[in-house]
Amino acid sequence: MSTDLGLPTHGTTGVPTLAEGTALTKKDFTSDQEVRWCPGCGDYAVLAAVQGFLPELGLRRENIVFVSGIGCSSRFPYYLDTYGMHSIHGRAPAIATGLATAREDLSVWVVTGDGDALSIGGNHLIHAMRRNVNLTILLFNNKIYGLTKGQYSPTSDVGAVTKSTPSGSVDHPFNPVSLAIGAEATFVARTMDSDRAHLTEVLRAAAAHRGTALVEIYQNCPIFNDGAFQLLKDKDEATARIAHLRAGEPVHVGADHVVVRDEHGRMTVVPQEQADPARVVVHDPAEADPSTAFALSRLDDPTMQHVPMGIFRQVQRPTYDDGVRAQVRAAAGTDAPSTPAEREESLAALLHGPDTWTVHGTRAGEAEQTLEGETTEGPIPAAGDALVHEGERTLVE
Amino acid sequence: MRDMSSTPLTQLDRVVIRFAGDSGDGMQLTGDRFTSDTASLGNDLSTLPNFPAEIRAPQGTLPGVSSFQLHFANHDIATPGDAPDVLVAMNPAALKANLADLPRGATVIANADEFTKRNLAKVGYAVSPLEDGSLAQAGYHVHALPLTSMTVEALAEFDLTRKEKERAKNMLALGLLSWLYSRDTAGTEAFLRAKFAKAPQILEANLVALRAGHAYGETTEGFAVRYEVAPAPMPAGTYRTITGNQAMALGLVAAAERSGLPLVLGSYPITPASDILHQLSALKGQGVTTLQAEDEIAAVGMALGASFGGALGVTTTSGPGLALKSETIGLAVSTELPLVVIDIQRGGPSTGLPTKTEQADLLQAMYGRNGESPVAVVAAQSPSDCFTSAMEAVRIATTYRTPVILLSDGYLGNGSEPWAVPSVRDLPDLTVEHATEPNATDEKGEPVFHPFLRDELTLARPWAVPGTPGLEHRIGGIEKADVTGHISYDPTNHDTMVRLRQAKIDRIADSIPDLTVDDPDGDARLLVLGWGSTYGPIAAATRLARTSGAKVARAHLRHLHPFPSNLGEVLRRYERVVLPEMNLGQLALLLRGRYLVDVRSHTAVRGLPFTAAELAEVIHSHLLEVSDTTMGARA
Repeated sequence: MSTDLGLPTHGTTGVPTLAEGTALTKKDFTSDQEVRWCPGCGDYAVLAAVQGFLPELGLRRENIVFVSGIGCSSRFPYYLDTYGMHSIHGRAPAIATGLATAREDLSVWVVTGDGDALSIGGNHLIHAMRRNVNLTILLFNNKIYGLTKGQYSPTSDVGAVTKSTPSGSVDHPFNPVSLAIGAEATFVARTMDSDRAHLTEVLRAAAAHRGTALVEIYQNCPIFNDGAFQLLKDKDEATARIAHLRAGEPVHVGADHVVVRDEHGRMTVVPQEQADPARVVVHDPAEADPSTAFALSRLDDPTMQHVPMGIFRQVQRPTYDDGVRAQVRAAAGTDAPSTPAEREESLAALLHGPDTWTVHGTRAGEAEQTLEGETTEGPIPAAGDALVHEGERTLVE
Repeated sequence: MRDMSSTPLTQLDRVVIRFAGDSGDGMQLTGDRFTSDTASLGNDLSTLPNFPAEIRAPQGTLPGVSSFQLHFANHDIATPGDAPDVLVAMNPAALKANLADLPRGATVIANADEFTKRNLAKVGYAVSPLEDGSLAQAGYHVHALPLTSMTVEALAEFDLTRKEKERAKNMLALGLLSWLYSRDTAGTEAFLRAKFAKAPQILEANLVALRAGHAYGETTEGFAVRYEVAPAPMPAGTYRTITGNQAMALGLVAAAERSGLPLVLGSYPITPASDILHQLSALKGQGVTTLQAEDEIAAVGMALGASFGGALGVTTTSGPGLALKSETIGLAVSTELPLVVIDIQRGGPSTGLPTKTEQADLLQAMYGRNGESPVAVVAAQSPSDCFTSAMEAVRIATTYRTPVILLSDGYLGNGSEPWAVPSVRDLPDLTVEHATEPNATDEKGEPVFHPFLRDELTLARPWAVPGTPGLEHRIGGIEKADVTGHISYDPTNHDTMVRLRQAKIDRIADSIPDLTVDDPDGDARLLVLGWGSTYGPIAAATRLARTSGAKVARAHLRHLHPFPSNLGEVLRRYERVVLPEMNLGQLALLLRGRYLVDVRSHTAVRGLPFTAAELAEVIHSHLLEVSDTTMGARA
């Protein structure tokens, strides 16, 4: 059905807001639990950014829920004074889907890592994005399994030497942004733990997006994969490598390179002075066709020569949870039973179904008499006094 | 349709008919329609659909045979019948596959048109059994009728292809059987009108075939007698026929209504449970939300997420799916959230026998999770009882904030029987209160919320749902500190929490009725115990045994974890306890371990329910042993 169901378009529509003139602070979102990440872990910076950003939403704290899976980052909900569930490995998107669909008055966030989201939970992640459930998913990517003490992850580079790959990994990694765009996620962005301003800007856009917003956060694990993103943190290196994606602007890499489409349609990075202005890629995250956003995501490689950061894709598509609720509302109709008596009547009609018959009493004691052996020949018990058919037998499909 | 024939009418108490044909022959539909027409006549009835897992196995082969058995009677019956009195065989494969079940004296109505050389060869008949006299020799009454060509002939005027005309042969057979057993076909006609409302020609063809079958019965002299089975004297009430899966869906909707919670089903298609998903998907008008998940794990995850949000989270599956859901069920145990998990058991292990019945998931339901992970386990005992059991599962889940695994099976799920529709007002009140206020004070005297501060009576924790101000809290699968719910690795606390979770499940026993025993004379020394779908066969077998003077008591368990409080006492009351199960003795193992009672198993895993005769035999042989023992002791 392509009918306009009049579905909401803002990420937090339907979530109760604070009373006019009141506001929460970062402190209100900080739980009383001691934070137990390793010293120097990138998760601290993300937590601080999220706690600092949440008051900006103006939502009632009790209507915000964080659901996580398993891994270092999945401890996140314990440190936020909202509702939260620290669930099981990989399943947070599924649990959050049930919650977000059952409760349109909640702002539902998923916190996950590269192992949680892309390995054990890969199926749930792609299906949440495909369905476009109204969730904001924060995918902390540190390219390593931290909590299990240092095995390679599905985003680890080929050749990565880890506890489980002493000879170097031969496993080809996922690019989470490419995967999300391939799954037709409607909002896909990449940011970094140490760039608080950028992280907050992306969170703002993600929270405002109605549908699944997948935010990949490059996050440093100082214990098992320290410096994985150092090239993007060193100021000079970063300037030369990062392509900041800004809607409506040409995609620059560093100060003097630009992304163009070559004559074969491939995306390449060339020095600005060699670029044919007609071939320069101007970023349009709202483009319905995901192929340009996908091509941009492929500029990235393990050498981090060109790393696009920012919002790759941001398009509107009806969300799964809104669609499910709209169907239930439509089926219930405007004259849905509301009083207890009406509800009782409606349930009674359902239990009866379209095809019933009525027995008007039996002779006393007869029911007991019929408890005879089934295979024996015996006197035929007399039938019920009367048998009445319920009107027309209108059978329905 | 009024019958004008002069064929003499004979009264019967009960009849078992089996419709058998190729899986494309429409035997399930034929059986369903005959059932419906039989139900509205007021007979008691019980059905057993039996079909292959393949949607269309190679035509005319033994693996492709699909059958539908219906037992109807003028009295209360408990099973779909041990052996058919009448076999309708639409092809040689259907005859061959079912012949072994036919007792001497049974009637065979065969579609002679399909007994071609090629079809006979497919199933290894060198000569047609319809022609070599072998069936008559075996004591069967055979009616070899050219059902296909009769159908094509009846539809001569229709502008349909021969193939299309042939497809109506099941309706012709149904019409004939309806005549033979004096069933009114008005219900089937109405059904066809609704089904083929958009294809008037197909509708008309089916109606004509149905009537032609009936008319053939009236005019032929091939049948010496017609039969009538009078209505069964059922208690007053309004009745409908219902399958177990239908009853399950309705029970969930009724429970949602009576609890005031919105029903959210997360499910992944799996035989033989998918019907519940279909049924509930069509009930959006009742406020039901159904989510077809990407896999079994997501399905239960969605249900648990909905429960966390304060809804009635339910997932439906069968054995292999239950295996996949086990980690999430463990999370529900740890977070102590209500969750209803419905397992329509089928033959296992692995993919096993998807369309056949079994009771072999009991131990999986009880123990199929890591750690000490107790859940409540409830089992339905008949198709209509799935309604009651669903409501009971919801009651336990919401009252005790626990996962409940509700066991049904393929036999109950697909089988049907009459159901006295209950009055909504008589249904249990399942009202649930979510927590709304802080439940403790901190050291400064400020109100705080402790998510694991338990109710003294039930040991249930408060169900505080997101959106409730002041009760913000975090839960998860990591061990929690008693009362506060904070993460805790403290050894003593873990020991306490493990015991508390088990104690909470044990408390459920305070809310369930004692096990009742059916022992008419009160002096039986043998108890036949059952659980789940063996209810019907055990009931029929004990009746049968009692008609030959056997003294046998019978009891049936609905609650498998925890057991009713008096179960140990009941078991010890009898010299011998026999427990028939469609597994290798799973409940027997639990009872022996728990009560140190020498429970005797009788087991079969053939993918089919027990027959009453088989169990009656078991009862007799145990009775012999019991009396021998007693005499030995006296001597």
